[in-house]
Amino acid sequence: MSRTFVGMPAFPLAARTAVADAQLRRNLGHATATIRAKRAAVVSEVQDWEALRARGAEVKDRVLANLDTYLLELEQRLTEAGATVHWARDADEANAIVVTIAGERTAADREAGRAPEVVKVKSMATQEIGLNEALEAAGIRAWETDLAELIVQLGDDLPSHILVPAIHRNRAEVRDIFRREMGRAGRPAPEDLTDEPARLAEAARLHLREKFLRAKVAVSGANFAVAETGTLVVVESEGNGRMCLTLPDTLITVVGIEKLVPTWEDLAVFLQLLPRSSTGERMNPYTSMWTGVHAREGVGDGEPVGDGPQDVHVVLVDNGRTDVLADVVGRQALRCIRCSACLNVCPVYERVGGHAYGSVYPGPIGAVLGPMMRGRRGALEQSLPYASTLCGACFDACPVRIEIPELLVHLRTQVVEHHRAPGSRGLPKPEALAMRAGAWTFADAGRYEKAQNASTLAGRLGDRLLHGRGTVGRMPGPLSAWSDARDAPVPPKQTFRQWWARTHTDTPADPRPDTHEGGVP
Amino acid sequence: MTAEEGSARDEVLARVRAALATPGTHHPRTDVPLTVARPEGVPVPSAHASLLDLLVDRVEDYRARVVRCAPGGLADALRAALEGAESVVVPAGFDGDLLDLAGPRRVDESSLGEVHDVEGIAAVVSTATTAIAETGTIVLDHGPGQGRRGLTLLPDLHVCVVRSDQVVATVPEAVAALRPSIDQRRPLTWVSGPSATSDIELDRVEGVHGPRTLCVLLVDVAS
Repeated sequence: MSRTFVGMPAFPLAARTAVADAQLRRNLGHATATIRAKRAAVVSEVQDWEALRARGAEVKDRVLANLDTYLLELEQRLTEAGATVHWARDADEANAIVVTIAGERTAADREAGRAPEVVKVKSMATQEIGLNEALEAAGIRAWETDLAELIVQLGDDLPSHILVPAIHRNRAEVRDIFRREMGRAGRPAPEDLTDEPARLAEAARLHLREKFLRAKVAVSGANFAVAETGTLVVVESEGNGRMCLTLPDTLITVVGIEKLVPTWEDLAVFLQLLPRSSTGERMNPYTSMWTGVHAREGVGDGEPVGDGPQDVHVVLVDNGRTDVLADVVGRQALRCIRCSACLNVCPVYERVGGHAYGSVYPGPIGAVLGPMMRGRRGALEQSLPYASTLCGACFDACPVRIEIPELLVHLRTQVVEHHRAPGSRGLPKPEALAMRAGAWTFADAGRYEKAQNASTLAGRLGDRLLHGRGTVGRMPGPLSAWSDARDAPVPPKQTFRQWWARTHTDTPADPRPDTHEGGVP
Repeated sequence: MTAEEGSARDEVLARVRAALATPGTHHPRTDVPLTVARPEGVPVPSAHASLLDLLVDRVEDYRARVVRCAPGGLADALRAALEGAESVVVPAGFDGDLLDLAGPRRVDESSLGEVHDVEGIAAVVSTATTAIAETGTIVLDHGPGQGRRGLTLLPDLHVCVVRSDQVVATVPEAVAALRPSIDQRRPLTWVSGPSATSDIELDRVEGVHGPRTLCVLLVDVAS
């Protein structure tokens, strides 16, 4: 039932559709402005925010530079604490591991004629690997329990923001989805459901409570994994995470291999950075930390009783992360803690929303992570590094100082190199040919002037054809690749030089100075 | 681990090592752990009394209730906080003498089979391990008096008793204070106000899945 991002068109095409949606733009504008203001307020409370960011980057760089050591340490601590550790090279392997465990633990339901199911805590990693689809293919229903993810799942929709995946839906749309779909998935929405957010949240509480109490298996991600202690951390707001992490018998946590922090004390840095950057709160309502299997002593006279799942699994997933690690410039993207601050400050994201980025990682960080994790061959991946004005707001907001603009330029270079490389199917792109022609023209003053005169002729012609519209729409042939994503102004009817010559008849027709002294080079 | 997974483990580790061997890697490899991070947080009042004021202010900012009392007034404060609740679950290790309850039906943790049995109980009382003034956060390590994790999750009202000598100023101080709990492999739950969501048009709504009402009883042990 859930849709996937597979086969998404290149960014400019998807952006065109998104920008034409007035409702989407209103919702996005409101949402991003609200979070920006909240974040700015709580960040300004912290006296040395910049030092904290630098520390965050430093800790993550330390992890990445010693990743093999820390992964082995985490594995050992988890195993000592009673958890089972699995490793997965890619999405398919990770999915197969989860499907196998979930299938075994729900076998009794299947035999009894009940649909096997798992409850899920919102997790970028499981979205990235397409776990819900893999579970459904194996006949296991995966219920998203985060309110926004529930809205997305019931609406047969795609998430559009890391933090608020239903940011593109307003309250009336949410009410309609709940009324229409909740009954099909379980407990129906109340008859008199209104579009008040409190009533909508109440409907979700009732709908999901029965699922939490019934579920035998939960699947989560982890915001952090502490190598030194084997402690996993989930940061959340609603309590659905706590439900999933404590009520079922089996807990399977899918963790990207870059999620580590070295020591327990290092965690303090990120517990300060993440909530303020993410939801703009001093602290998020709930943070759960668990270390393998837990028991509680002193409840009765006898043995300790179990606290939470007694069958605990951790799946460590690569899925392209080691490719990012191998890119010395790009490696810093693995510092990302998925806070989404860069989305909310991005002028491009604010207008097009998350869907146009064509993956679970939208916005500036998605434009970097997408091509690096999935490779630079697809049209979408090649277009993403250009989905930016390089204004730098994302770097300023990033709590772990990822130099996103620098990485975008780095990736643009790689896209161009890919087309230039001998043996690549790529003829040079028309853009490269145009740039080459441009360089030739600009290199000589005479050629430049001739080109200018030609363009004013085009401008005079264009003025008649376009009836004074001022911009050129779709241009023909290879030029369409440029004009499809941009409005180019109609060339002026005269150049500055022609205007000067016409209005300054007393001065020489050629205003070029003989020497360059004092002039702008 | 299956053989397949064993080879996945070896290959992922091999890929990591190959990636780190890339010439020009700019972060030197070192296994020296970082020193304890203690960046300055918000300006924190030096006097302990004002630290408690800050905690109260920050907890109330999440629209949770805070009641301050002296140790002798705790039983009364608990009775008032639980007024109107039909039933209350009491974790093992919670000081039973404090609960002189006329109203709510009392359910002891030790009488519960599995934690799912808590469903339907209206309220829960618990103690805490530490509290953070600058963020208004209460941390439970689920030791004596704090219950299995589900106990403080399923009821709609959570009444949490915090002693003033458990209050620290900043997140790094709390992390340091929680080191013994982590070394004993206890689970931790950090609670900052009641359950909340901002998923619908970013309107904050208190109460989705966890307790919709959080009441903190701050006991001033110095007074």
